[in-house]
Amino acid sequence: MYKIILPFRYLFRKRISYLALVAVALCVFIVFVVMTVMTELVNDFKQKNHSFVGDCIVGTESLVGFAYYEDFMKILEQADFIEAVSAAVKSYALINAKGSQRSIGVEIMGIDPVRHSLATSFGETLHYNKNDVSRTFKPSYDPNLTGCVVGIDLWLGRNAKGQYTYAVSPEKQALNISCFPLTPKGALAKAGAGETDTRTFYYSDISHSGLARVDSSFVYLPLEQAQSLCGMDRPAKRASAIHIRFRPNTKPEAGCEKVTLLWQQFVRENKESAELLDAVKVQSWKDYRRPFIAAMEKEQTMLTAMFVFVGVTTVFIVFVVFYMIISHKSKDIGILKSVGIPNRNILTLFLCFASWIGVLGSAIGAAAGWRFLVHINQIEDWLFEHFGFQLWDRTIYAIGDIPNQIEFKLLAVIILSAIAACLIGALVPSWRAARLKPVETLQVSQL
Amino acid sequence: MSKQEYILEAEGICKYYRMGAAEVRVLKGVDLAVKKGEFLAIVGASGSGKSTLLHILGALDGADKGTVRFEGRNLSEAGERELNRFRNKMVGFVFQFYHLLDELNVLENVLLPAMAGTGIVGWLGKRRAAKKRAKELLSEVGLNKRANHKPYQLSGGERQRTAIARALMNEPKILLVDEPTGNLDSETGNGILRIFEKLNSAGETIVMVTHDDTIAQRAGRIMTLADGKIEHRHTR
Repeated sequence: MYKIILPFRYLFRKRISYLALVAVALCVFIVFVVMTVMTELVNDFKQKNHSFVGDCIVGTESLVGFAYYEDFMKILEQADFIEAVSAAVKSYALINAKGSQRSIGVEIMGIDPVRHSLATSFGETLHYNKNDVSRTFKPSYDPNLTGCVVGIDLWLGRNAKGQYTYAVSPEKQALNISCFPLTPKGALAKAGAGETDTRTFYYSDISHSGLARVDSSFVYLPLEQAQSLCGMDRPAKRASAIHIRFRPNTKPEAGCEKVTLLWQQFVRENKESAELLDAVKVQSWKDYRRPFIAAMEKEQTMLTAMFVFVGVTTVFIVFVVFYMIISHKSKDIGILKSVGIPNRNILTLFLCFASWIGVLGSAIGAAAGWRFLVHINQIEDWLFEHFGFQLWDRTIYAIGDIPNQIEFKLLAVIILSAIAACLIGALVPSWRAARLKPVETLQVSQL
Repeated sequence: MSKQEYILEAEGICKYYRMGAAEVRVLKGVDLAVKKGEFLAIVGASGSGKSTLLHILGALDGADKGTVRFEGRNLSEAGERELNRFRNKMVGFVFQFYHLLDELNVLENVLLPAMAGTGIVGWLGKRRAAKKRAKELLSEVGLNKRANHKPYQLSGGERQRTAIARALMNEPKILLVDEPTGNLDSETGNGILRIFEKLNSAGETIVMVTHDDTIAQRAGRIMTLADGKIEHRHTR
């Protein structure tokens, strides 16, 4: 019973214990808040990439694309694990508003909006045609014109709070898009003075994928128009990629493996007639977007490593506090031993004390962190209104609210780590206490 | 007298301390035997090794040479577990500086030996009986109204009486008392000694060390420790 009473009393009677308590609470608070925000940002970023790509992609980085994609799409559509497929043409182009002298470089993506919305979450990124994606490339002001969808950051600016101001309906705006059509061999399809192909499209919608690079550089065009613009409509139709969505019960890795097998068989069967098939890769959405995701994951890993150092600091603080407490409490250890308390119980007693510090410190830190996270956006708004401070400049970063979804698994790991850190920090001083000889601590000279 | 009547026996106890390069021989072969129900006082000047001898007799410290037998059992052969049990059940210590735990109140300090000898589950079973005994002991030493006070709220005499109640909690077979009145005025000290006399007359075996001959006179038998050896024996 003394193993419960005494540690509890030490905790509240010894002011130095508060130091350890505050250190643990602060560490838990910081780690909980930062890791929650960071984890949520990374998960959100992954989710947006997943939505943008679909589950799997069969594609090439080559600007000339690959032929016979329609044949392979038919094979894919017959597979029982595939929900939807969508071909896409990707290339680079120059865009300028009609009447403007200023051209900017963009990435163009030719798609069939209905199919692409089934294979990816493209439809959900639209503002005006979200509910009827078949009208994506039909400008509301004149459905007979050929429309284009522009990445939101190419078209709209954000206010200081990161919000966009949308017009009620898209205003009529002609956009000239110029591209270099390429032959299947990669040569310019048009030699001489007219090397570029320029066509006029009309602004019909905006796409907000939440991916900064995509929203600031992508322009979506009708598939056939993009193929024609890039020279991918001759001699045989070519595409840059096939986006695939699996049925809900299909695991992404298993689905990708099956698509790979189907693709390998397709290549074998079309080796003679199909060019460029060797440059085509089958990738999961994660592998396809790896260069972007890896950077975020690396930041998360670095942050975790930094928090390991925070944990080490906590261990050291607990160690110092316990070392001091035990030095002050050596008389108590002698008294306890004089009434027959064994060494292991002295060790347990001080480890119990460390556990109390860990549990209470974690509880305080977690509760404070929880409350802080719940109100984090209000706090940021208040700081912005009064001091102009923002965690991220919303005019630059494509982040709306600060993510604050509590992850209980993460919280449990942080609390258990904090308790473990306290036990580790207290272990050596507690062991030293357990080894103290009672006569050494009860001597008059020691009092 | 047959050997069985001695509750505690010490033979040839030696204890050395190293102070720098020099070796200080504190005890140089102490022999003593304590009978059941006896009140023995060991007198000696400061630094004569009285407290060291008492600690060795109570297994708080080990001798460099010699043996200590409690009811015939050689304590130097006992394991850690047996020694802990010995300190918890067989012997009660009363120290000059009381040695109470500041974080516990008077009642909890008295209950400490009972709590020490049992786990949490076992304690739940015996808690009521232990509290009853602790309160009886506090009543015997005149502290029944001070049960919820903290040691810092007590006078020196009250602290020492709390320490005595704690020493008696597990009904030990022998009380080892180290300068019990060393920190008290003569009147309070007399009160403490009367408690020991009362306990002894009720059958408790007591070994007390003191530097004060007057206090030693209250014991049934006196031994003098000088130059690391028992020099003089006197029976009242």
